[in-house]
Amino acid sequence: MFPNKATVEALEDAAHMAEVQGRSLWGDARERFFKNRAAVVSLVVLICIAAFGFLGEFVAQWERDFVDFSLMGANATQGVPSFETGHYFGTDASGRDLFARVVQGTRISLMVGVVGALVAVVVGTLYGATAGYFGGRIDGIMMRTVDVLMSIPFMFVLILMLVIFGRSLFMLFLGIGLISWLDMARIARGQTLTIKNKEFVEVAFATGVHPLKIILRHIVPNLLGIVIVYATLLVPSMIIFESFISFLGLGVQEPNTSLGALISEGNKNVGNGTPWQLAFPLFFFVITIFAFFFVGDGLRDALDPKDR
Amino acid sequence: MTAYIIRRLAVAIPTLLILVILSFVLMYAAPGGPFNSERPLPPAVLANIEAKYGLDQPFWKQIVNYVVGVVTQFDFGPSFQYKDRSVNDIIAQGFPVTLTYGFWSFVVAVGVGVSLGVAAAIKQNSWLDYLAVGISVGAQVLPNFVLAPLLVIVFTLWLDWLPGGGWNGGAWQNMVMPVIALSTSYMASIARITRSSMLEVLNTNFIRTAKAKGLPMRRVIWKHALKPTMLPVISYLGPAFVGMITGSVVVDLIFSTGGIGQFFVNSAFNRDYSVIMGITILVGSLTILFNLVVDILYAWIDPKIRY
Repeated sequence: MFPNKATVEALEDAAHMAEVQGRSLWGDARERFFKNRAAVVSLVVLICIAAFGFLGEFVAQWERDFVDFSLMGANATQGVPSFETGHYFGTDASGRDLFARVVQGTRISLMVGVVGALVAVVVGTLYGATAGYFGGRIDGIMMRTVDVLMSIPFMFVLILMLVIFGRSLFMLFLGIGLISWLDMARIARGQTLTIKNKEFVEVAFATGVHPLKIILRHIVPNLLGIVIVYATLLVPSMIIFESFISFLGLGVQEPNTSLGALISEGNKNVGNGTPWQLAFPLFFFVITIFAFFFVGDGLRDALDPKDR
Repeated sequence: MTAYIIRRLAVAIPTLLILVILSFVLMYAAPGGPFNSERPLPPAVLANIEAKYGLDQPFWKQIVNYVVGVVTQFDFGPSFQYKDRSVNDIIAQGFPVTLTYGFWSFVVAVGVGVSLGVAAAIKQNSWLDYLAVGISVGAQVLPNFVLAPLLVIVFTLWLDWLPGGGWNGGAWQNMVMPVIALSTSYMASIARITRSSMLEVLNTNFIRTAKAKGLPMRRVIWKHALKPTMLPVISYLGPAFVGMITGSVVVDLIFSTGGIGQFFVNSAFNRDYSVIMGITILVGSLTILFNLVVDILYAWIDPKIRY
């Protein structure tokens, strides 16, 4: 009755071999991604930046809001970046340690980007998948709403909101969340339209699976590739967006800071012989954006083979 | 075609109304009135001022008045901060400036972007191609608020070629840097889109036929390839326009050109609601109008589109 030991072992081996030979979509994508040198380097750079933003505080010699009054007026000569004073990146115009501030600015910029992308992934994907799956009038109404929202210049409405409800990090996150999901909803809907006619969705429908479960279990997982690609590309544009608002002075408020606010500050003082105040935040801003773009490009090449 | 335009208008008008109402509701919901200062006014004075601006009326009456004023007379009401000026005065002062350099930025972005993209596609893998690709990658990480200060550092502080700001009645020296700052990233995007679109078009059968017929390359490109190439570029013009309008805020601020962006940011700090609302609605209307024009243009150029 029972298969003998040799057969079991053979079967085990076969199963093992099948495992080795089986190439999943994600495995393929991983392999393609790691062949893309620019993307891998950018990923390493990103990890370093994230480590800098979240662990840099332990390296900083000074508190980020400690004002060194002895430097007042002597910033150009005594606030220079140096290892001896512990101000690795020099000091800002008020005599605060720029290293600690750049650490915080990087952290907040990364957080803004990631929160924006997360909202887009969750809300946009579900919204788009729902609209695409149901189709017909529901789709019409849902997508027209997106069209209407998209044709509003949100930067201005967001500034209006920041003015009226006060300038806070929460409002900034809320505003960015309100905008970021619109494009994602369109992309997810477009993709859903092609997926929903596949056999496995038909089978699920025919066996009476609840529509909500079809969306969550059968459609959304198949959207993930394109959603991840787009989310990665969305992060830098969210960072730029936040920096823009902070550059105007309407975003993150003192004593907190973000890269945009630091660039703005450095720019104001560029005539005072303190170029490092612009150079360090600008450097971190540019490499962060660059790295995200390259990782996004690499992911797109890896997950969307028809685009190569 | 007419039916398509009417249908698009039918979407555009409610969108505008939603924008106006949204701005008004936001303003109405604001905690504290525009006249609550650190020095509290005597209640009688406050009541008089509120009556003058119509703030004592019930909500629905205020909103109807505002919407009717905006829609019928394009009147955004008085500024709460500058007592002697209306929002319209402020827009009339700042908008021509923004429009002037905005127009030139648009021309530069489209003109240079398309030529660069086409040239890069025709001479693929030449130095021109690498230049175009390099610019479009570089411009992605240099948004206007980063580029503008860098321009000032190079051209004003180091080289001393151009004035670092001001408008000077629209002299070209004052216009160069705002236009570069505003147009570069869109120029780069347009070049990238044009390049990839052109490469795709050049590989199609009808181009091969045109070449096989023995048409000169110039004619193939101008007569046959350019029109289909422009389709994705045209659909990018809408977002580019919105981006430039938003970017003009930074340009106005950094170069002190005196455009609406400067008033917008000042009002944002002074809580001058009516000015912010006025500018938001103006920009919104322009955006919606422009998107409408782009859509119609697209439908007109692309024979495949069903309207």
